Amino acid sequence: MTRPKRIAGTIAHRGAILLYIIFALFPLYWLLKVSVTPNDLLYSEGVLLWPSRASIEHYLFVLEHSDFPRFFRNSVIVSGATAFIVTILASCAGYALSRFAFRGKYWIVALMLLTQMFPLVMLVAPIFKMLSPLGLTNSLTGLVIVYVAFNVPFATFLMQSFFDGIPKDLEEAAMIDGATRFRAFSQIILPLTLPGIAATLGFVFTAAWSELLFALMLISSAGVSTFPVGLLSFVSKFSVDFGQMMAAGVLALIPACLFFLFIQRYLVQGLTAGAVKG
Amino acid sequence: MASIDIAGIRKAYGPVPVLHGIDLSIHDGEFVVLVGPSGCGKTTLLRMIAGLEDISTGEIRIDGRRVNDLEPKDRDIAMVFQSYALYPHMTVAENMSYSLRLRRTARERIASAISGAASKLGLDALMARRPRALSGGQRQRVAMGRAIVRAPKAFLFDEPLSNLDARLREQMRGEIKKLHQSLGATSIYVTHDQIEAMTLADRIVAMNSGVVQQVGSPLDLYDRPANLFVAGFIGSPAMNMFDGTYRAGGPAIEVEGGYRIPLRRALQAADGTGITIGIRPEHIPVGAAGEGGIPAKVELVEPTGLGTILHVRPFGATLKAFTLSRDATAVGDTVAIRLPAEWLHLFDAQSGQRLS
Repeated sequence: MTRPKRIAGTIAHRGAILLYIIFALFPLYWLLKVSVTPNDLLYSEGVLLWPSRASIEHYLFVLEHSDFPRFFRNSVIVSGATAFIVTILASCAGYALSRFAFRGKYWIVALMLLTQMFPLVMLVAPIFKMLSPLGLTNSLTGLVIVYVAFNVPFATFLMQSFFDGIPKDLEEAAMIDGATRFRAFSQIILPLTLPGIAATLGFVFTAAWSELLFALMLISSAGVSTFPVGLLSFVSKFSVDFGQMMAAGVLALIPACLFFLFIQRYLVQGLTAGAVKG
Repeated sequence: MASIDIAGIRKAYGPVPVLHGIDLSIHDGEFVVLVGPSGCGKTTLLRMIAGLEDISTGEIRIDGRRVNDLEPKDRDIAMVFQSYALYPHMTVAENMSYSLRLRRTARERIASAISGAASKLGLDALMARRPRALSGGQRQRVAMGRAIVRAPKAFLFDEPLSNLDARLREQMRGEIKKLHQSLGATSIYVTHDQIEAMTLADRIVAMNSGVVQQVGSPLDLYDRPANLFVAGFIGSPAMNMFDGTYRAGGPAIEVEGGYRIPLRRALQAADGTGITIGIRPEHIPVGAAGEGGIPAKVELVEPTGLGTILHVRPFGATLKAFTLSRDATAVGDTVAIRLPAEWLHLFDAQSGQRLS
């Protein structure tokens, strides 16, 4: 390729990426913009990219006069617990699927795949029927159980693929060095799977953080609502409080962002380099 | 240090048998090399000794103690893997001390053990590095260091040099041999490289298709291969093989084209038995045409520096002859070769077993 052609190619490539980023981030920008627009300007200024006067009044209202802090706390509890439990279960299950041959393995994998094939809406009513006599509707525990059940299969496959990428020789070497299989798993294999664990944690956390359907169906009182359900409370019979809703939305983004900031160094780390001939 | 006894070991993966009854006694302090082509079962056998594979039938004893049902960690053996299998998140020192830390060895003893191993292997300057910052040869040394720090009953090596380049391999081969001489530890070494087997072993176990073909000292296997497989596998360039027929009257071997090679002793075989004749390239004297012997046309000349490998065609078969002389034999020349009876290896063409 000639030089001008190559430059043109690079520009087109970067341009396409830029276009995509703008497309993907614009809703977030709009969220922020609306959240700082005072109510009196919201409908009067048309579609300006930034309001002529910005204020944090919606944020103050959301934090001080709404149930939002409680929704937020509930969401942190539910998402955190779900991510934690799912990651532990998926690590163990993924390791077993990756390393052991056992009777019924094929059917277990098939069944786990099967659970991923149903539209969730179909399952809401039966799940409600199951949880209700157990007293698990309208409770954060019930929500965590449902989220764990729905996230474990995918997380298991995810973890399995990470374990598959770690040479078997490593734990065999550890076992010959004097470790039990569990110790080899926890001291040698797990530290190498940190990027995978981080990815799984992040994936499950965000999935639970933004889940609406089950939260809406299983939870009826404001005291145990999670944040996506809480957002709906800004929609009343007569009006929608866009400013407050967007302010709540921006606040809800913070933990997810912090979470990814925290795990991103594991996500990009190629820890297995140098383990074996490479 | 310990002896290792293997009795009637069989292994099958589902319906596929990989080892068909292996019996082997390894003495205390001996260096035994399991050699054979890929898929012959040598690595499986090694992994069974290590405890990484279940034993389908048979028994393995280390120092007289049955270990069939012992976990790898309770067998007190060390293993060097082909891939080195260093723990990537640990430094060289941590890699080497891991086994001792698992055994809750006192800190001072760990320190002295790893510094002793490090100086033996020339790793002193690298103790704080991670495996990824090491070259292939250094990783190989760390893997060996990890094995020697805890003075196990036996060392198992699973093709430890096959990931290294030729020069480094030769160097490490020497180091392994020296290490064995200084430690005197019982060692089992798996390789598909017959040069490694020849140079390292006290005894070689040649395996093929899950069956032990021959056990003996390197020179035993070289000088008196028990069958066609061992004859063809040990030695480089490989032994020449060609077919002939036994003639009891004489006694002699008749090869294609009517040549008769007289034998010094009669074989225990019927007249007309099909024979496969083997002769090593360095045992075929090459002379100028007309000096007597079998005239042969030179098809290919391969100088190796040390000498020359001539591909010659005295009759139907092409033979390789190795000569130290550097005279300018060229392709197309005719030379005279001899096939001295004392250097011939005679095998039954049907069974492949040695006759002479």
